Amino acid sequence: MAFSEGNLADHLGGLGYSEEQIELMDVATSFCRDKSPIDKVRKLINDEHGYDPGVWQEIVDLGWLGIAVPEAHGGVGLSMAEVAPIAEQMGRRLLATPFATCTIAAQALLAAGDEAQCAEWLPRIVAGEVATLALTEPHGDWNLGHVEASAKAQGEGYVLSGTKQFVVYAQHAALVIASVTVDGALRLALIERSAIPDGALRREIIIDETKRSYELTLDGITIPASALLDAGRSGSALGQIELANALLQAAEMCGGTQSAIDYTIEYLKTRKQFGKLIGEYQALKHPITNAYVAYEKARSHMLSAAHNFGQQGVGEIAVRMAKASADKAYSFAADRAVQFHGGFGFTHDCDAGLYRRSAIWHASQYGDAAWHRSKLADLLF
Amino acid sequence: MSSRPTPAELAEYEAQADAWFRENTPKDPGFMLPLTFMEVSTDQQFEFLCAWQRKVYEAGYLGASWPSEYGGGGLHPDFQRIATKLMKKYDGPIMLNAIGIGWAGPLILDIGSEEEKQKYIKGMLNAEDIWCQGFSEPENGSDLGNAQLKAVRDGEEYVLNGSKIWTSLGDRAKYMILLARTSNEGPNKYAGLSFFLAPMDAPGVETRRIKKLTGEYGFVQCFFTDARIPAECLMGNEGDGWKIAMKTLEYERGAKVNLAGGYFLKELDAMGVVELARESQRGGKPLLDDPVMKDRMVDFMMDIQALNLNNQRRRMGPLVQDRPMGLALMNKLARTEMIRELTEFSLSFQGTRGGYYVDDPCAVDNGYWHRSYLNSFSATIGGGTSEIQRNIVAEHVLGLPKGR
Ligand SMILES: Cc1cc2nc3c(=O)[nH]c(=O)nc-3n(C[C@H](O)[C@H](O)[C@H](O)COP(=O)(O)OP(=O)(O)OC[C@H]3O[C@@H](n4cnc5c(N)ncnc54)[C@H](O)[C@@H]3O)c2cc1C
Ligand SMILES: Cc1cc2nc3c(=O)[nH]c(=O)nc-3n(C[C@H](O)[C@H](O)[C@H](O)COP(=O)(O)OP(=O)(O)OC[C@H]3O[C@@H](n4cnc5c(N)ncnc54)[C@H](O)[C@@H]3O)c2cc1C
Repeated sequence: MAFSEGNLADHLGGLGYSEEQIELMDVATSFCRDKSPIDKVRKLINDEHGYDPGVWQEIVDLGWLGIAVPEAHGGVGLSMAEVAPIAEQMGRRLLATPFATCTIAAQALLAAGDEAQCAEWLPRIVAGEVATLALTEPHGDWNLGHVEASAKAQGEGYVLSGTKQFVVYAQHAALVIASVTVDGALRLALIERSAIPDGALRREIIIDETKRSYELTLDGITIPASALLDAGRSGSALGQIELANALLQAAEMCGGTQSAIDYTIEYLKTRKQFGKLIGEYQALKHPITNAYVAYEKARSHMLSAAHNFGQQGVGEIAVRMAKASADKAYSFAADRAVQFHGGFGFTHDCDAGLYRRSAIWHASQYGDAAWHRSKLADLLF
Repeated sequence: MSSRPTPAELAEYEAQADAWFRENTPKDPGFMLPLTFMEVSTDQQFEFLCAWQRKVYEAGYLGASWPSEYGGGGLHPDFQRIATKLMKKYDGPIMLNAIGIGWAGPLILDIGSEEEKQKYIKGMLNAEDIWCQGFSEPENGSDLGNAQLKAVRDGEEYVLNGSKIWTSLGDRAKYMILLARTSNEGPNKYAGLSFFLAPMDAPGVETRRIKKLTGEYGFVQCFFTDARIPAECLMGNEGDGWKIAMKTLEYERGAKVNLAGGYFLKELDAMGVVELARESQRGGKPLLDDPVMKDRMVDFMMDIQALNLNNQRRRMGPLVQDRPMGLALMNKLARTEMIRELTEFSLSFQGTRGGYYVDDPCAVDNGYWHRSYLNSFSATIGGGTSEIQRNIVAEHVLGLPKGR
């Protein structure tokens, strides 16, 4: 990418939006606010399932699982750009569901699935059956190409081995899409829930208590040959999965950042010490303003990433900038949210902790700010 | 203002303007030109920039969308936007009379009397009448509302006593937008302030140049000793001063768009920083092979791009629903602080050569980066400091309480 002349926006893509995007943004704003008040979020933390099946059904009925799925497969035929504002509002209200992982799983099928695989699974995902991804491993490497799990030919099918971690909502998934190697080459494999023995899933204890995640032991699981996705496209599909994930995470993180800031501002406007509202102290007022400035920058990047998603070259840069700046903004805002609540900030009852934990979770999955900046360094210079 | 032009009209205008700027944009004059209107040091620079502004105006590419009855071109704003874009494209020098056409002009067109419009607008466009701004005082800078320069009515005149400071172009200006105190009564300090369009050649006005951090000149201290100005210099009524000053600051801080056209500051060449880094060496290798430098550079690219995107998003209603004024009010803070940090970073590329300064034959880019860094403080201090900008965003966008 040449930067020798012209202005950056010409090289890095600008902003725009579709009418559908704005309509979805408006609907999602009130839906998520109404369906996910904070006391409900806290109630679900202690619920094994982790999300409200009734709300999930409403999300399905709204057609949101099919937004970026072609009409031929039962979807709406829009794009990831229209999914992002929904993820943003979900992040804002800490509304945890398998929405993001189902959306990405559908994208994985579109990227590397054949006609039969798409025809079987996409309509089911659109109809609310949960599909999820099993991509990361105990080595903890963010490089999705670093895969040690494998599939070996055995009879008509393949037998799997290895361990996958952070398989979100696996317990309730009908489909798990796992990355494995076949004869040393990267491959995506479809695993039906019925093929997974009960003992193969372990619920993980994760930093973000609003979400549900599982470790999956693949050893001994067998799949038919028809469950492997296209050999030629599996590798590039992983790249697309990473970017789609980063986009939806950036959106969720922007929403979370907004809430962390709003929540703290409320406190600064009501709590008094030394006879003054603590919001009068610039030691608090200026950092929260800096957090707000960082939030608006991150949101601009996120909206640009949504707008440019899938564009050759520009798309990847925009997405990585979005995730990197969202991580920076969310981490800072949530960190200060804890601090500015004083002793209360240190308690489990203070919502600041929910945002702080959520930010750590997002940083840990699919790359933090430094990881995406290092990728950007290679793309830009 | 005229009706919306057709694409064909705009294209024709653009072709003409493009040819004009290609033809007429001056080449390197052989001496250093100011990066902003605030650092006009020498007569040579001043005359060069006056001549350029006049030429652009006479060709119809400045004030193109201001009303024709006062000297403007009477065209739709889209025409002026095209002209300004082309001025940028050919990297033309800055418009010198920023305080005139950028702040005083829009103000006068907005709330001025018919006489004021007739008297002032044309002269500020053709650079015959340079304007300056007399807001800050030695004892009252950020606390502008506490301004103390006294204006006392005496028949058909006001008598001024006191001092203004950091007055950019104060030694070149014919007029000053002046915030002065006409009364100490009233419910608060703001109530006694009044706003004047004051002639700088009035008896009793003196200026003294102040040398700046960069070594250049550009601003002055003004002394008013029983200076007498005609009573009609008062804008609006006595006591309107604060309201009018705040309106002026909206133009100054870029929260409102400048329709006169042109630009008053050279934009920092962000790509130039990348080029500089590419050309620089460290440990026998290109600087950008150093992962730490590379990472910081990525961070800056993200920041520059974020501000570009913010500027686009500001105008997209559906994308700024929650805090519609947020992006506009944080713009000055975010932009000026980023430029300060980026230019500071650019000094670290230069190794030992970072020790040179402007005009040394060995200075990298003739000291452009050093001068840009030192000058970057003009924007983080002038026009309301970054700390004051944070207060503004905190109070007006986030709704936090004012400090007491
Ligand atoms: C783990 C833990 C153990 C503790 N153990 C004890 C204990 O054993 N006994 C005990 O008595 N207390 C204990 N405390 C309480 C602790 O001392 C208080 O939490 C602390 O003094 C802050 O008071 P606060 O919580 O009321 O916050 P606040 O005073 O309400 O502060 C809220 C925010 O405003 C800021 N702020 C307040 N005033 C100003 C100001 N003037 N200028 C700038 N910023 C300001 C604070 O820095 C903070 O960020 C403990 C706290 C913790 C976290
Ligand atoms: C290059 C340049 C050109 C200028 N041109 C003009 C001009 O043409 N006309 C004109 O009228 N003025 C001009 N100014 C003056 C400028 O507006 C003032 O310098 C500025 O408003 C700050 O005032 P001060 O210098 O008195 O600093 P002070 O107000 O004394 O500030 C000193 C420090 O205290 C901080 N501070 C002050 N109050 C607060 C607060 N409430 N909260 C937190 N921090 C605070 C400031 O941020 C600053 O860091 C110019 C300044 C510069 C640098």
